[in-house]
Order: sequence, then C-alpha cells, then structure tokens
Amino acid sequence: MTQFQPMPIVQAEQLGKRVKSPDGDLIILDSVELSVAQGESVAIVGASGSGKSTLLGLLAGLDRPSEGRVQLCGVDLGSLDEDGLAGLRAERVGFVFQSFQLLPSLTALENVMLPLEMAERTDVAATASEVLGRVGLSKRARHYPNQLSGGEQQRVAIARAFATGPEVLFADEPTGNLDRRTGQTVIELLFSLNQERGTTLILVTHDVGLAELCSRRLELEDGRLSLESVDA
Amino acid sequence: MRDLKVALRALRRDWSGGELGVLALALVVSVASVASVGFFTDRIQTVMDRQAAELLAADLVVLSSEPVGSAIRARAEQAGLDTGDSWTFRSVVLAGDQTQLTEVKAVSGGYPLRGQLRTAPELFAAERIEPTGPPAGEVWVESGLLQTLGIEVGAGLQVGAQAFPITRVLTYEPDRGGEVFNIAPRVLMNLSDVPATELVQPGSRVRYRLMVAGESDAVQAFRASVDGVLSQSEQLQGLDDARPELRVALDRARQFLGLAAMVSVVVAGVAIALAARRFARRHWDAVAIMRCFGATQDRVMRLYLLEMLLLGLMAGLVGVVIGYVAQSVLAGVLGNLVQGSLPSPSMRPALPALVVGLLTLLGFGLPPILRLRTVSPARVLRKDVGGWRDGSVWLYLLAVGLVSALMVWQAQDLKLAGIVLGGAAATLVLLTAVAWLMVRLMRRLRGRVGIAWRFGLANIARRQGSSVVQVVALGLGIMVLLALGLVRSDLLASWQNSVPEDAPNHFLINIQPEEVEPLRVFLAERGAPSEGLYPMIRGRLTTLDGVPVDPDSYDNPRAERLAQREWNLSWAAEPQSDNKVVDGSWWDASAPAEPQISLETGIAEALGIGLGDRMQFMIAGSPIEVPVTSLRTVNWDTFRPNFFAVLPPGSLDDFPATWITSFYLPKSETATLVDLVRNFPAVTVIDVDAVMAKVREIIDRVVTAVEYVFVFTLVAGLVVLYAAVQATRDERLFEGAVLRTLGGRRKVVVRSLLAEFATLGALAGLLAAFGASLLGYGLGEHLFGFGYRFDPLLWLLGTALGAGGVGLAGWLVTRTVLDSPPALVLRREG
Repeated sequence: MTQFQPMPIVQAEQLGKRVKSPDGDLIILDSVELSVAQGESVAIVGASGSGKSTLLGLLAGLDRPSEGRVQLCGVDLGSLDEDGLAGLRAERVGFVFQSFQLLPSLTALENVMLPLEMAERTDVAATASEVLGRVGLSKRARHYPNQLSGGEQQRVAIARAFATGPEVLFADEPTGNLDRRTGQTVIELLFSLNQERGTTLILVTHDVGLAELCSRRLELEDGRLSLESVDA
Repeated sequence: MRDLKVALRALRRDWSGGELGVLALALVVSVASVASVGFFTDRIQTVMDRQAAELLAADLVVLSSEPVGSAIRARAEQAGLDTGDSWTFRSVVLAGDQTQLTEVKAVSGGYPLRGQLRTAPELFAAERIEPTGPPAGEVWVESGLLQTLGIEVGAGLQVGAQAFPITRVLTYEPDRGGEVFNIAPRVLMNLSDVPATELVQPGSRVRYRLMVAGESDAVQAFRASVDGVLSQSEQLQGLDDARPELRVALDRARQFLGLAAMVSVVVAGVAIALAARRFARRHWDAVAIMRCFGATQDRVMRLYLLEMLLLGLMAGLVGVVIGYVAQSVLAGVLGNLVQGSLPSPSMRPALPALVVGLLTLLGFGLPPILRLRTVSPARVLRKDVGGWRDGSVWLYLLAVGLVSALMVWQAQDLKLAGIVLGGAAATLVLLTAVAWLMVRLMRRLRGRVGIAWRFGLANIARRQGSSVVQVVALGLGIMVLLALGLVRSDLLASWQNSVPEDAPNHFLINIQPEEVEPLRVFLAERGAPSEGLYPMIRGRLTTLDGVPVDPDSYDNPRAERLAQREWNLSWAAEPQSDNKVVDGSWWDASAPAEPQISLETGIAEALGIGLGDRMQFMIAGSPIEVPVTSLRTVNWDTFRPNFFAVLPPGSLDDFPATWITSFYLPKSETATLVDLVRNFPAVTVIDVDAVMAKVREIIDRVVTAVEYVFVFTLVAGLVVLYAAVQATRDERLFEGAVLRTLGGRRKVVVRSLLAEFATLGALAGLLAAFGASLLGYGLGEHLFGFGYRFDPLLWLLGTALGAGGVGLAGWLVTRTVLDSPPALVLRREG
C-alpha cells in the first residue's frame, strides 16, 4: 500500500536547461527531479553559478526548459503559451526578488495593487492597503521606491507577493541585498505571512540561516541536485 | 592612422550593437532637410545666373511707361548700337466664344538682341530657334493659352480689334526668363500689328522697352550719355540690375526655406543630444577599462572624436543623398511657377549641408562625449564611481551658440536671424511651460484610471523632463503642419467670408473717354450695372514739400515701392460711398475747387505725409503741385475701383485720362464678356475670380512647399521620440518583464505602452493646436486685420493626429518589450 501523499504543487521531471556558447552547449541544469507538496517550505542552496536562479525561473514558468517538464498547481507548463503562463502566475503564484524589482514609476501602494489588477480582482485598492498595513508600511503607501530604504522596499515586495493570496511563493535571494538585521526582519515577515496564509514557499538562497528555517533544503551543484536534507 | 583604424573598428562594433542608430538617423534628417532646400534654391539660382545675360534680351534696356523718346533712340544709333522695341500690355483675347486674359508682347524686327527665342509647330512638338519674333499678321502663343482655350495652332485669335492666326507655339522667350508668378499667358505679335488692334490708346497701361546691344564700350558710352536725359517715367536696366524683384523673391525664399530647415536641425539636435548622452553612459565601463589598461585621457578623447567624425561624415553623406532626392519633389511643387526648365542641381550645396550636420553633431552630441574623458579608472572596481549625474545645462551653450550662428548663416541677415531666434526662444519657452503643466496634470489624473493607463501615465510623470522634451519636439512638428494646413485655409475662408457674395468680379481698365457713355449703356442693358466709372491719370510723385522724392530713403519696402511707381490719380466731386474722411475736409462739391488732393490714410502714413504737405506729380512730362487737404479711409474689400489720391474735378483736365470701372457678372454669363470684348476692343477686362484663383494656386503651392520642408521637422520630432524611447529601453524591458512576471498578459503590456505614447502624442497634439491657434489668431487679428475664427477641428485633429501617430510610432519602437522574457527579472542586478 502506498502511503497517502498530498498532491505535489510543484513537480519537475528530468528538467534540463542548456544555452548555446562558442564551445558548444553549456549545461546549466541537468535532469533535475523535484516534487514540492502543498504547504511545504523548500530552500534551494548552492554556490554561485550552480543554477539556482535558473531552476527557480523554470519552476515558476518564467523561462522554458530545454528538456523535461514542470507541473505547477497541477498544470503542465509546457502546454501553456506566454499569456497562459502569465494568467497562471497572476492567479496562483507570488514572487520576491533579491533586488526587489519594484516599478520605480509607481508608488508603494500602486506596486502592491499591480498583481491584484493583473488578476482582475475587485476591491484592489482596499486589499492592497490592507496587505501594506500587514507589512507595517501604511504610512509609506504614497512613497515611491526611491524614497524607501532597502528593507522597506523589500517589505513592499513581500506585500506585493502576498496580495493575491498565491498558492506558491517563489523567492530569489530575498535577503541578498539587505544587511543582516534588516534581512532578519524581512525573513520573519516572510515566514509569518507564509504560515498565516498556508502558502507553499520555494526560495533560493545561500544564506544558511535562512535555509535552516525551511522544512526542506535542496543543494544544487553544477546543475544537478546533489543533496537533500529534511527537518525531522 | 592607428587611431583611425581603432576608431573605425569601434564604429563598426557600436553600429552593430545598435548604439549609433538614433544618432545617425537624427543626423541624416538634419542634413537632408538642409540639403533639400540647398539643392532646390541652387537650381533656381543657376537658372537665374544662366539667364542673367538673356534676362534682358539685350545688353541694356530703357524701360518706360510712355513711348521712349526719339532723342534717346538717336543716341543709341549714334553709338552704333543695335536697337529693338517691345511693348507689353494686358488684354483679353477671344477665341470663338472663349475669353482669356493674356499678356501681349509686341516686338520689332530686331528682337531678341540677345538670347534665343524658341518655338514649336504644335503643342509638345520639337522646338526650333527663331532669329526674330513673329512676322506681321501672325501671333505666337504660349502652350498654356492653347490648353486653356482648347484650341490648336492654326486657330484664329482676336486681339483687340483684329484677328490673327496662331502660327506657332512659343516655348521660350529670353526676357521672360524668371517671372516669379506667371499669371497671364503670353501672346507674342509683331509691333507693326499693334495699331490694327486699337489696344494702345493714350493713357493705356503699356510697358515700353527700348533694347540696345553692341560692343560693351559702346553700351557703356550710351549708358553714360543718356543717364542725365532720361525722363521721370524712363528707367535704365542693365545686366546687374535686371529683375531686382526676382532676386529679392529668391533671397526671401532661400531665407525662409533655409530657416524652416533649421527648425528640423534644432529638433534633430535634441535627438542627437539624447542619443549621445545614452551613448556616453553606455561607454563608461569601456572607457574605465581602457583607462585601466593605460589609455591616456587624450587618446580616449581622440578615439571617440574620430568615431563621431566618421559617423558624422557617413550619416551626412546619406543625408545629402536623401536631400538630393527630396529636392526634386520640392522642384515639382514649385518649379513651374518659375519660367523655363530647371537645370539639374549642382553639388555645391552638399558641402554646407554636411558642415551643418557635423556642427549639429558637435554642438549637441559632443558635450556628453567630451565628459567621457573624466571617467575614472576606479570604475572597474566600483560601478558607482567615475560616472556623472546628468550633464549641466552649460554644456549646451555650445549648441545654442552653434544654432544661432547657423541661423545667421541661413538668414544672411543679423536682424532677421535675431528676430527668428528670439521668436523661437520665446515659443520654446512658452511651449515648454505649457507642456510641463500638462505633464504635471497627468500625474494627478492617474489615480482615476485602470492599470494600463495608470502605468502609462505614471511613466510620463516619472520621466518628466524627457516627457516635456518629447512633447515639445513632437508638438513643434505637428504645430507647423497644422498651422500651415488648417490655419491657412481658415484664414483664406475668413478672408473670403469678408468679401460680399455679389462683390464686383470684373474690372475694366483702359476705357477711353469717348467710350465711357457707350460702356455705361452697354453694361446697364446687360443687367450688369457698373459700380461707377472713374477717371484715372498716371503720374509719378516727384517732390514732397519741394524736396525730391528718393525711393531709397525709405526703410519701409511699401513706401519705397510707392515712391518708385506711378500713381493712379483720379478726380471726384464727392467721396465714394466706401470712403470716409477722417482728417481735414473734402472740397465743396457745388463750386469749382482749387487743385488739392485727398489721400488714403495708409499711403499717407507709409510715406509720412500729413495735412498741408505739398505733393508734386509729374504727369505726361508736366508737373502739378497740390496741397494735401484731407485724409480718407478706404474699404478695399468692396472690390470697387478706389484711389489713393483724389483731386477735385477740373484739376486734371489738361492730362489724358482713361477710365476704370468694376461690375459683377455671374460666372454663367460669359456671352456678355465676349460681346464686351468685341464692342470695346481697347478695353482691358480683368477677371478678378480668375486672378484670385491664380493667386490662390500660387499660395497653395508655396505653402505646400513650406509644408514639405516642415515634414522634416515632424520626422525629426519622431526621431526625438525614438531617441527618448531608446534611452529608456532598458528600463522598459525590465518593467515589461516585471509586469509579465506578476501575471500581466500581453494585452496589458501593449495597452500600457499604447496609453503612454498615445497620451504623449495627444499632449503634443494639444500643444500644437494651442500654438497653431495662437499663430492663426495673431496673423488674422494683427496682420490681416480680420477676426480669426477658432477652429475646433484644429484641436480635434491635432490631438487625434498626435495620439494616433505617436501612439503607433511609440508602439512600433517598443514592441520588443512585449517579447522580453520574464526571466530577465532574475538576472538583473539591482
């Protein structure tokens, strides 16, 4: 009898990515097998250039694999066109990036409203306000990104990521551009929101402390998953 | 040499990297606009130079409004010179039942003394050179007359009282060589046939020319001997002073088109400035590395300057080629307003155009590139050092200086250049202020619109400086097109509306005294009563309060003309109904009055004449001196005969007078006109509608040509847009990627781009409509003196044109953003 297993929310099979280079194909990812269950928090760690960010991009449907396939929220990403992928992201996926990636022409509030509008939700401004309040930035709603500190910017980014109530949240080095103390605050916020909303979290980091907070850690080395450690 | 190679390599690399496209494009536009105007005016210049000798069909001409005196003729013969005569006058000719105003020229046997007369046996057939004018009993006519009347060679043509067969098509006439505007087609006849036509009567308007030619010493001797004996109505014209009005017209055209081309140069300069700044920024790292590996500051500068110079030369050459092609269109539009075929352009204008291109590149492009010199090698370690913030405004003083110098060069006139520059600066400041306000307003609007619009508007507001520059550059381009297109037709419409529907549309001149009564009866019988018949006597103003009148002493060109030409003097007992005496008093109509004169206020003002001043006129060789006793305003829009100068009845009885009248004849009643010409052959009929149509056509062509030159401005405006978009391309790619990562579908990204550019375009269009309306208002109210009607279409069209055009153009250049892979957000460093 197989034991009951929750339906995986992210699943990669034989995932590979190659790019052309003057010396022939360069293998960035090679035959990655990966399955993440709903509600899990997974850290992908590895040295620079090990392919962490590429893997994240493929899992989130930001990029197309050279071989293999990815299922996200039960949908085969290979079967979707760009707009299909965008639609899926709008409804079910959130992102936090190392360099925040806020749009400089929009205020903090408008940045948080963005994914809600993409998903064509109603009551966009109220929802965005509420989430911005949750990250403690109500007073900064009308500020532009360049008027915010790094930590504040990342908190706006986290509010933006959680605004639509995504099933999966991808985070790419979320503390990479922050000092230790600010990073700590951001991590706490990220995890508390994650638990509060039951989101699946997949993050890429080389911050060991951050990785330790996740329930599972995958190590990438030269494009292959080499080690997996699970909290008891 | 080694540097040249390196620079060439860098040029190739930067070019294939897409770094130089906008710079090159802007240069091409600016050089092409200057070159097209240069090539075109050069062709006309060549025609004029080539025809200078032929222009007179002689070496020297005595020009007169009366038959040239026999004393002068005798001196020419004494000096051993060949002589010839020509008389020109306007007359309506008849072919069957069709009438046409023509310019008749009757020539004696010797004509032409210089240059060639050419004719063809029928329309469009091969030409041959004629040694002399037509033999007695025949006429030669221009092809235009045959075409308008729908007749062929061999048909009969009624000229005044006599019918003549048309025996040849006149294809080239040396001394017609460059009349700017050809209103009436030519009929060439033999001088000995003139009496039979009965067209030339005492007081008729005829230009008499005595032409002389011979050895240059003999011509000089003749010139010297007659200089003192010429009468008031006679004037000498040599090769140097031939067609002064044409030279002036050409100079004006060159100035105006040249300055119009400069507008494109300036707008293109803005694009160059934007593109050069981006180029320099993108080369910070390269310079830092070059410096790091030991390149001196001078070497770095030399390499970049060489690269720019090479680019300038290459793009300039392309611009010259495009300008060469473009001028043929200009020649097509304007060419046949000038008599004679245009020669192919010479290569002379290519060099100045190239120089303009290089100077524009220098002025606008050099400042950021010069600053590459200051990039610190430390930048290889830390990206945040060694670059610079956006350049100071002072650097662009060079550009302002160069533009000013170029304007002076184009205008060849310091004052005019100053006015244009001042006007341009004021316009620019005003437009910039309005554009800035509009951009600020956009910022407030964005809270109230959907995501795509908000994003588009937010982009405009954030890149405020760049947005204002784009709106002004594009607005300027659209503005001149609107102003020339719509405002022109609005002004013409306003003017036409100010002319009453049944205003007289025909003038009759050269009416002999004995024809006055029969003509009055004739017109009354045909139901076309005249607006009154008025006597007219021609005289030249010779002294004012005893001081001889010197045309050259007037600054005002109108006053200069008035002092030079003959006046039409009239007499009347009562002022005409459309005249109003505003100063002094009119004479008593019931009693004979002393000789005195009533002047129109405009002419009095131009010449600086006041009540009580004494004016002396020379009429048919006799002087008459009269005091000014009243000043009148005249409503010229009534199209009734009116006079600047009116005297009491009896004052001019000793002089030969002709009469003038005007009347309204519906277009359909051409039979009346035919009868009139048959019954009164010596009377000249001027069809105002036809003349107006011709004037309108000329205005249309000139405006079309100017519009065409300004198309370069619009293109330059689009290049600015392109440069601005290029400058923000990386940001846009990133923003597109973020939008798509957050789940934005393609259409959202498309809409936000369209929203941004359509809004920019709409703002530019609004600005353009604002500027064009202001211009139209100023011209209508202050220059032409009739109310300008604000046209909602102008605003609608301006906005639509801007939004549509710029929206499309912007979308075209940014559509790659749509394909930016979302994964880009993962790679970008903060």
